[in-house]
Amino acid sequence: MITDVNVNLSRWPFRRLPCDEPARLVERLEACGVTQAWAGSFDGLLHKDLGGVNARLAEDCRKAPAGLLRPFGAVNPTLPDWREDLRRCHEDYHMPGIRLHPNYHGYRLDDPLFAELLAEAERRGLVVALAVRMEDPRMQHPLTRVPDVDTGPLPALLANRPGLRLVLLNALGPLRGAAITSLIGAGQVCFEISTLEGVGGIGSLLDRFPLDRLLFGSHFPYFLLESAILKLQESDLSAEQVKAITRENAASILAK
Amino acid sequence: MSSDCRITRRAVLVGAAQAAVAAGMSRAEGPVRRQPGLTRAQHVVWDAHGHLSAPGDTPAEKLANLLKFADRMGIERVIVFMGYPWSQDPSPDEFRRQNDQVLEAVEHSRGRALGFVYLNPQHTQASLDELDRCVAKGPMVGVKLWVAVHCHEACLDPIVRRAAELKAPVLQHTWSKITGNLPGESTAAELAALAARHPAATLIAAHSGGDWEPGIRAIRSTANVVAEICGGDPAAGMVEMAVRELGAERVIYGSDFSGRSFASQLAKVYGADVPEEAKALILSGNIRRILAPILAAKGIA
Repeated sequence: MITDVNVNLSRWPFRRLPCDEPARLVERLEACGVTQAWAGSFDGLLHKDLGGVNARLAEDCRKAPAGLLRPFGAVNPTLPDWREDLRRCHEDYHMPGIRLHPNYHGYRLDDPLFAELLAEAERRGLVVALAVRMEDPRMQHPLTRVPDVDTGPLPALLANRPGLRLVLLNALGPLRGAAITSLIGAGQVCFEISTLEGVGGIGSLLDRFPLDRLLFGSHFPYFLLESAILKLQESDLSAEQVKAITRENAASILAK
Repeated sequence: MSSDCRITRRAVLVGAAQAAVAAGMSRAEGPVRRQPGLTRAQHVVWDAHGHLSAPGDTPAEKLANLLKFADRMGIERVIVFMGYPWSQDPSPDEFRRQNDQVLEAVEHSRGRALGFVYLNPQHTQASLDELDRCVAKGPMVGVKLWVAVHCHEACLDPIVRRAAELKAPVLQHTWSKITGNLPGESTAAELAALAARHPAATLIAAHSGGDWEPGIRAIRSTANVVAEICGGDPAAGMVEMAVRELGAERVIYGSDFSGRSFASQLAKVYGADVPEEAKALILSGNIRRILAPILAAKGIA
């Protein structure tokens, strides 16, 4: 029983992926013991019709085995009438949260629009999953170079949003040291393990990182799902640590 | 190889995290659990790319600490090169010092580690002398070249020629970054150019060129270059493309430990949609075949 908080549907814009068809994705998730996946859509990166993106995402998740795929719709606060996208995610599709891509959508986190979006998500009780990166910036397509999200403004924003639940995706590695510490101290911020690297990485991280802020995330199918699973094996983790990372912490976020 | 090592490898590959997670894996139970989502085949794994960056006061201690994690992941043998701290453009004294660190680590590894000699082709004669010290007359079995000089430069020719005489493969860092390469950082295309001048040598394209889609294409028509998959993110499709374009016999597993995890790099192979026979070649069959002549010459089992 694993809850994977970082799964993507549809097509990566620059490459076909072995499991980018819903049936194969579901098959792989189930084969690896994932019983719940928080799914965004790759279409949310570059498409401007996010209403269509989120409708397809909700439908694809609905067709999956019951409870397996939980949709996280894309919202871009620089698009006209973005509040309607947020409303649909919440009221029409009953999504537990939303997925943000500030770097692909072209805004910084000190943009007042972002603060408005966080306030609205908090008011609606939606989890906010923010992807710090999607691919290694060294290897991006030359016409689509997207830097990592600068999370510098986040701690100050979170200090004013005690009810906001924020999950940072693909952030461990891109963020290190003091940047992580300041975020942990600023609010209800969790990280996931997809981009965590280094031998025995989870164990080393937990020497200085609160266990209740760490989630299982794979960035599947862009990454191999096996990567995150094998990281659990590489570190010498206790049963309690494994349970917390793979399901209990994620369940706690949704229960709030 | 110790029997303990083989037991651990089998345990890891027969079972692991998923079912263990379902059961609430504990330290007491260990990782011996069936893992439906991962490969069940019991492949022998040799990691072709690693470094001594780890806790420990000596090279031997550092390697011993790394091997504890390798054991958890079922890795039978590792190849290590470069000491610490790293130097992008080492002087002869510096690369000799780093090679001494690797020699010490390998000596105390009880057969678990093999060493490649780290050279700087800008110091050609000193590199040739070090190649003779560590490989011809020492226990090392390959050459590691990093970012001191672009690998298609003529100063590499005598080194590659001597390595071929010794049946020692040459592992060259290759990476093409849209964000900009280091001044002496080589591309896969440059390695292919070098390899074309030395058809008797075996060249290993470390990181498969980093940006692996063009990297694999760059070495495709140069049969004496093999792609080593380590160091990048565990992006899906890399191994499938390498096998499709190069053939499974030209793809080898490495992790680039300890900067990378064993897990993320093994996943590239375990999760790939390629036949089990191909995985067996990638995980150890190919590097064992490449090293067989020099290992036999040195009497290393």
